[in-house]
Amino acid sequence: MALLQISEPGMSAAPHQHKLAVGIDLGTTNSLVATIRSGMSTVLQDEHGHALLPSVVRYLPNGEIAVGHEALAQQSKDPVNTIASVKRLMGRSLQDIVDRAHIPYHFVAGDDTQSMLQIETRAGLKNPVEISAEILKALKVRAEKALGGELTGAVITVPAYFDDAQRQATKDAARLAGLHVLRLLNEPTAAAVAYGLDNASEGIFVIYDLGGGTFDISILRLSKGVFEVMATNGDSALGGDDFDHRIYCWILDQVRANTQQFNPLNEEDTRLLLTKARQAKEWLTDNHEAEIVCKLSNGHLVEATLSASTFVELTQHLVIKTLSPTRKAMRDAELSIEDIDGVVLVGGATRMPQIRHAVEEYFKQEPLTNLDPDKVVALGAAIQANVLAGNRSDDDLLLLDVTPLSLGLETMGGLVEKIIPRNSTLPIARAQEFTTFKDGQTAMSIHVVQGERELVSDCRSLARFELRGIPPMAAGGARIRVTFQIDADGLLSVSAREQTNGVEANVVVKPAYGLSEDAIMTMLQSSFSAAESDKQARALREAIVDAERLIDAIEVALAKDGALLSTEEQQAIKAELQALKTLCQGQDSHAIHQASEALNHATEAFAARRMDASVKQALAGQDLNTLDL
Amino acid sequence: MAITLTEVAAKRVEKFLANRGKGIGLRLGVKTTGCSGMAYTLEFVDEMHPEDSAFDSYGVKVIVDPKSLAYIDGTELDFTKEGLNEGFKFNNPNVKDECGCGESFTV
Repeated sequence: MALLQISEPGMSAAPHQHKLAVGIDLGTTNSLVATIRSGMSTVLQDEHGHALLPSVVRYLPNGEIAVGHEALAQQSKDPVNTIASVKRLMGRSLQDIVDRAHIPYHFVAGDDTQSMLQIETRAGLKNPVEISAEILKALKVRAEKALGGELTGAVITVPAYFDDAQRQATKDAARLAGLHVLRLLNEPTAAAVAYGLDNASEGIFVIYDLGGGTFDISILRLSKGVFEVMATNGDSALGGDDFDHRIYCWILDQVRANTQQFNPLNEEDTRLLLTKARQAKEWLTDNHEAEIVCKLSNGHLVEATLSASTFVELTQHLVIKTLSPTRKAMRDAELSIEDIDGVVLVGGATRMPQIRHAVEEYFKQEPLTNLDPDKVVALGAAIQANVLAGNRSDDDLLLLDVTPLSLGLETMGGLVEKIIPRNSTLPIARAQEFTTFKDGQTAMSIHVVQGERELVSDCRSLARFELRGIPPMAAGGARIRVTFQIDADGLLSVSAREQTNGVEANVVVKPAYGLSEDAIMTMLQSSFSAAESDKQARALREAIVDAERLIDAIEVALAKDGALLSTEEQQAIKAELQALKTLCQGQDSHAIHQASEALNHATEAFAARRMDASVKQALAGQDLNTLDL
Repeated sequence: MAITLTEVAAKRVEKFLANRGKGIGLRLGVKTTGCSGMAYTLEFVDEMHPEDSAFDSYGVKVIVDPKSLAYIDGTELDFTKEGLNEGFKFNNPNVKDECGCGESFTV
């Protein structure tokens, strides 16, 4: 006998037509799956009643794959074949992973430097997409058991700062796991949806997400049913684990104070004390003091009482550390505290009272906490999945996707011209006209880049293609219309068309795995912090482009009409030319400007003489009377 | 005869209604579809129709249209767990045969 759920009025599904949709929070430390049952968003538990599935995958010697608690338990015994926090590696190439030394895995570069890294395990080479797919498969199995049927689709959440490659990698992992992705949803947006904030017509919300090992702060603006990410910031190495570690250090201090000689702890004791520290932290959420009692492997008994106030003292600097990215995000979004309509707490670590107090004090309002902070993202994703699968009748929320980063192309001098700005809602098409830089130029290279910075070298390269067959014209004569288009699935296509003769070229951009150096988050942050240096860099590149155009023009003129000048005059101009060329190698935009001016000035007489000469030539042999003056 | 809920089912319905934030009760019904001819429907109710019958069970208003009532009169609605799955189950005395999946039945 099938078990039925309550539907919305008039929305009862025919037998075997139930659209089973789930929301998946694919987290760095833990993952969850949730669904809508009888109108209520619910996290699905496994056979043992666990809602959280540790995002850990272990490749066993017998060829089997363990996921979750089972894999986590064996992590320290088999570190090379037990992959944790794979989310940090999604869509990354080997060169993107800077601190490889601290990670126990055996990394192998992809086919080329741009492609995704791989990890050598006893089951062979595995890339992060395959490893994530194992986590998703485990969640899919759990969901299908709990819902009694095959899934129609899933909404999977990703951090707001995930770029194209990371999002594509997440989608690929889902496909590999046999899941149909209804949509990728930003984690902060999912949290906002879980709290029903999307039911308001508009507002500005802060999502404070302190997980096990990462801290993310996002500021969202809701307007006309669309959540826009106004700013993101965070600390990829700050989380609940750091609070555990502070207690762990405190316990060690207590032990040292009471023991004459103290031997360094072995790995087992370290793990034991860390577990005790975590339990004490969780206990202190609702209690004034925590007893820590345990026996070390050498028989030494550890006994300590940690009071809530000591815990607060020990971890105060960690709490303060979360406020600095928060302030930065507020500044980036150009908001003041009064603009914030609501604050949502996400992540298990936000259960700590000192965190709640700090957030409340900073934002001068009580944060929303009535949903389980571990589950809130998955719950929101499930709500969205239910709507997308078509289980809701009316014109319920259909969140639109936005572009996470600006898209643009390279112009002369390595500068970025943004065509589609960050946070544009999809689908979108934008066009802009460009022209040729040199006389007689018949081809144009179009380099598509993604990022917020002013220089191409600081952004991420997505694609390159060439438009050929431009009719030869004077520089600036051709009109080339470049169109950027992103469809509803987030796929970018770029086309270029010369307006006079209609030659056309285009490219469909498939995001390559592998990001330039740092995380997209750093790219975003640096676009703000580097605004001043970017401005200077832009000024320099522009000065150089102008100077080069001038040098080009004068060299052409010298080659053609050099005879009009005396040797000394030629020497003088050539000296100025050389001086400008040298300056163009340097960094001083002001000096380049001045030298360009000087060169302009030095060639004024030459230009006048060329003009005269061409007029003379035009008039030569003409009768004054026949001239049509 | 009447339609009843078990106490467990009534508590669940109350919870779901509270979570939904609106609705006056629970509608049970059948529609002619499925591999064995009839299928159960279970929906939230925002408005009652004049011809509907209403029953009270543990404080929950259970609403049935007259056509459906003929097929499900005497039914007790239960809420059960089967492994990881959980949901509502019709214990309908009128059923002669149901399809393997139990989603549809004949009387």
